[in-house]
Amino acid sequence: MQNLMQTSLRILLALSVVAGLPAAAWAGDDSLLPVVPQAQDRYSKTQGCVEPTTEMRKNHMEYILHQRDETMHRGIRTRQYSLEQCINCHVSDAPDAPRVSSDEHFCNSCHSYAAVSIDCFQCHADRPVKTPNPHALSGHAKSANQAAVLPAEPHQALATEVISND
Amino acid sequence: MTDNANIDTYRRRFLGNTATAIAGLSVAPGVFLHEVAQARPADEAVTSDVRWGMLIDTNKCANGCTDCVTSCNDEHGLTGHGRPETDAQWIRKVDLRDKQTGHTQSLPLLCQHCEHPPCVDVCPTGASFKRADGIVLVDKHICIGCRYCMMACPYKARSFIHEALQDQLPHAPRGKGTVESCTFCVHRVDEGRTPACVEACTAENHNAMVFGDINDPDSEIAMQLKQHSSRQIRADLNLNTGVRYRGI
Repeated sequence: MQNLMQTSLRILLALSVVAGLPAAAWAGDDSLLPVVPQAQDRYSKTQGCVEPTTEMRKNHMEYILHQRDETMHRGIRTRQYSLEQCINCHVSDAPDAPRVSSDEHFCNSCHSYAAVSIDCFQCHADRPVKTPNPHALSGHAKSANQAAVLPAEPHQALATEVISND
Repeated sequence: MTDNANIDTYRRRFLGNTATAIAGLSVAPGVFLHEVAQARPADEAVTSDVRWGMLIDTNKCANGCTDCVTSCNDEHGLTGHGRPETDAQWIRKVDLRDKQTGHTQSLPLLCQHCEHPPCVDVCPTGASFKRADGIVLVDKHICIGCRYCMMACPYKARSFIHEALQDQLPHAPRGKGTVESCTFCVHRVDEGRTPACVEACTAENHNAMVFGDINDPDSEIAMQLKQHSSRQIRADLNLNTGVRYRGI
């Protein structure tokens, strides 16, 4: 049995050597992998992201989910694991920067490759946004100031209602 | 005024904790101290020591002025579709008219941030909740859009988002299929600032709105509440609202 396996392994090996060129081309073909855009900045000199990159690739959702509940319910607004900071650093603030619907957007570049759909950006901003009053606590004032300005749309909701008191 | 009073609570605690550590250092730590003391530290959870509230003086609220509404819409990126019945509305102006005397009054109506919020009672998922410091919020991550809270709220304070939105602001995530309402500008309050409507009202020199910590006897709102008579809207419901009115 073992001999048989060794033989078949040898055959496979031989085949791959014979067909060496296409096999090597396939193994090294990066065009099939997602093209993930570079971040705007590094977290520190020694570390690219807020945790080691391999950890972030695998578990970023855990960090964001934890921070989500901490911020929403307990009012803890540390910036390290906030989704807003992810976007501020990983997405360009150029007006023509790719939106989340595009494969060139940081989040979607990988999520579309992995066929994992996310609904974060149905509500959350998918790019750095310049607000009239930038957060005082923001550690990324630079990117906040350079960010895209959104077109103001007049709000036509009913501003007044009249109640008559008989 | 109110701002300073609120800040003082945190500043005192902060100073107490760090006085010794800071003592030996000079300029740079001083600047740091000043900036951080503007608000509760970002890594500290809210507590029930604070209860945020608002006092609205209807005598000072100008008829026809909608600055509070406009500033709220701008602050949170609330945009409409020209359909007033369903467009999101976190604060609205209500005009009252006494038919007998013809006397008219104008007041802003927003989420009253009740101590016993009916919206929280009826929420089947726990999405509608009250933060420890008294701010009533919707956790849209777990809101299923059933709109029970909209039915339960006596103040019609909540809106449902019927259509997909784009270009929301980072500090005000909003999305289709969820309910939303006034957050007391929680993102600003957490930074030691006042809500956008109060800021706009004060900027226009109407000064009809005061925001602050009701639990702090030294805050402007607490002092005004102590000094003047004020009313809760539908006080009969015993909700102990965080928003109080003078002059109605």
